[in-house]
Amino acid sequence: MKHWSGFNIASVAVGLAFLYLPITILVIYSFNASRLVTVWGGFSTHWYGELFHNQGLMDAAWVTIRVALLSASVTTVLGTMAAVVLNRFHRFPGRLLFSGMVAAPMVMPDVILGLSLLLLFVSLDLDRGFWTVVLAHITCTMCFVTVVVQSRLVSFDRSLEEAAQDLGCPPWKAFFLVTLPVIWPAVAAGWMLTFTLSLDDLVIASFTSGPGATTLPMKIYSQVRLGVTPEINAVCTILIAIVSLGVVVAALVNRRQEQRRARDERLAAQ
Amino acid sequence: MAAAPPKSLGNIRRSFEPWSDPAAKPLIEVDRVTKSFAGFKAVDDLSLAIHPREFHALLGPSGCGKSTLLRMLAGFETPTAGDIRLDGRSLTGVPPHRRPVNMMFQSYALFPHMSVEKNIAFGLKQDGMARSEIADRVAEMLKLVKLGPFAKRKPQQLSGGQQQRVALARSLAKRPKVLLLDEPLGALDKKLREETQFELMDLQQELGLTFVVVTHDQEEAMVMADRISVMRDGRIQQVATPAVIYEAPATRYVADFIGNVNILDGTVESVADGRVRIATDAGAVEVEGANGVRSADPVAFAIRPEKMRISRTPPERADVNALRGEIWDIAYLGDVTLYNVKLATGNVLRSTVINAHRGIADPLTWDETVWLSFPSDAGIVLTA
Repeated sequence: MKHWSGFNIASVAVGLAFLYLPITILVIYSFNASRLVTVWGGFSTHWYGELFHNQGLMDAAWVTIRVALLSASVTTVLGTMAAVVLNRFHRFPGRLLFSGMVAAPMVMPDVILGLSLLLLFVSLDLDRGFWTVVLAHITCTMCFVTVVVQSRLVSFDRSLEEAAQDLGCPPWKAFFLVTLPVIWPAVAAGWMLTFTLSLDDLVIASFTSGPGATTLPMKIYSQVRLGVTPEINAVCTILIAIVSLGVVVAALVNRRQEQRRARDERLAAQ
Repeated sequence: MAAAPPKSLGNIRRSFEPWSDPAAKPLIEVDRVTKSFAGFKAVDDLSLAIHPREFHALLGPSGCGKSTLLRMLAGFETPTAGDIRLDGRSLTGVPPHRRPVNMMFQSYALFPHMSVEKNIAFGLKQDGMARSEIADRVAEMLKLVKLGPFAKRKPQQLSGGQQQRVALARSLAKRPKVLLLDEPLGALDKKLREETQFELMDLQQELGLTFVVVTHDQEEAMVMADRISVMRDGRIQQVATPAVIYEAPATRYVADFIGNVNILDGTVESVADGRVRIATDAGAVEVEGANGVRSADPVAFAIRPEKMRISRTPPERADVNALRGEIWDIAYLGDVTLYNVKLATGNVLRSTVINAHRGIADPLTWDETVWLSFPSDAGIVLTA
């Protein structure tokens, strides 16, 4: 932007406010000393302390983190495998169906996914709880890893893998020694994506969870229905902090990579 | 760039022609190999024998099947029919990682997450070589390609020429029986390419290895190879030394693909005493070496531009092997001058004159009437 004209400043301000005002208010009120959410009673970190004594919320957070870690990890393995298959094998029976089915959960409404998974679990007579949520999240997030990794594989030079085989690696070893290290950033990005998706999923978890496996979004939602407490503001602020940290780290890593690339180019030109 | 090879190597080269010895055992035997991709025959019933220590070039335009043949030697493609033998043993069903051949890829395919030395050591590690031995071999390879100071660098921190050397060192590190090179110099600029051609030749002789190189650059093939296979549409048109390919092309396609050539279509008038007289639309020509043509056969007469004399005055015998025309185009290239001469019949023939002397007092110029003449052993008869 060349000129900070009045209109430009105004549009930026309004745009930012539209996006971040609600979050800012939430963060500010998490430091409210007053029990009443809408009345400012001075600065305090009281609710953060309180939060850690709220066993219900802490349990829910722990469940969520375990679900997210587990489902993101399994999803990353399965999603990467699907991406490799779709990238490498252009002709096999049912390829079109497979590629369609892999991507379907991305466009399917969560409510429908949740409901159908619930029906499946019920008909299989599975006890709903921690593991059913994990299974459900794996099912619904695998497509995101596949999409991210597949788009990386498109630009991956297959001759790298062939070179590894040519030098004495069996195909599986060539994949782990050469392909995986090269496409690693995409795989990691897929993991991060599914981790956050699992972390904030409410709909699918509500359908597929059972007693003793309440996730944090479920807990927050049920508490908010009884009225917003400053504790909820505090827990949300922590979540925002974690996500922001992730974004900042990603940006820093990205910048460092660019600097390294520029340095490499300088070295190569010498 | 490379030190001059010892004198003796030149002598070895001169006497090196195992392909004309019927008792010599080839290292690679390609036996009636066909490779089809969804009905399209990339390689079509092709047979070829490559001898130990030979520098063999597969030459042809893109899509002629040369890369497919190379990839079948490496094991990345499986022949649809036929067999490939190495040292007498069939390679059918042997996966790439168990073949005693290594390949240098056109894109170099250097592992971007490994340093230069790790790249070179990669194949040795897969073989389970002892660590100290690997270090020695890597040092040796780095010295061979003169990249010692760059051992710790990543491939993307190297120039194109340096990357090419790393790729070469990596593919040579395992001392393969055969090194396959896929357009090894394609990504280098012209000057570097010329230097590297000679380096590759010296390296191949020093190490006593068999090289099979795929290229579409006829000059590259001529410079480096002991023998060239000229390929077209999945078949080999001719396998011969560069000199034979150039001086005695087997087909019109080969004559046209390698170097410049003037081709005149005609009919055989008479064959007598090993001399063929051909009536072409531009005039009568006489050629030595009948190679089985008979009267009234439709043939083509081919002659290289440098084998035609260009003069203002008519040659002694103007009725045969002498064509009259006008200078149509002149291209001065420094070492040679090209003349395109347009005959009365409309054919444009090219003649090149070596500029052996500085300056020409009375140079030929545009629209001048000139004679193109040649002895009867200068051209050849093509039947295919």
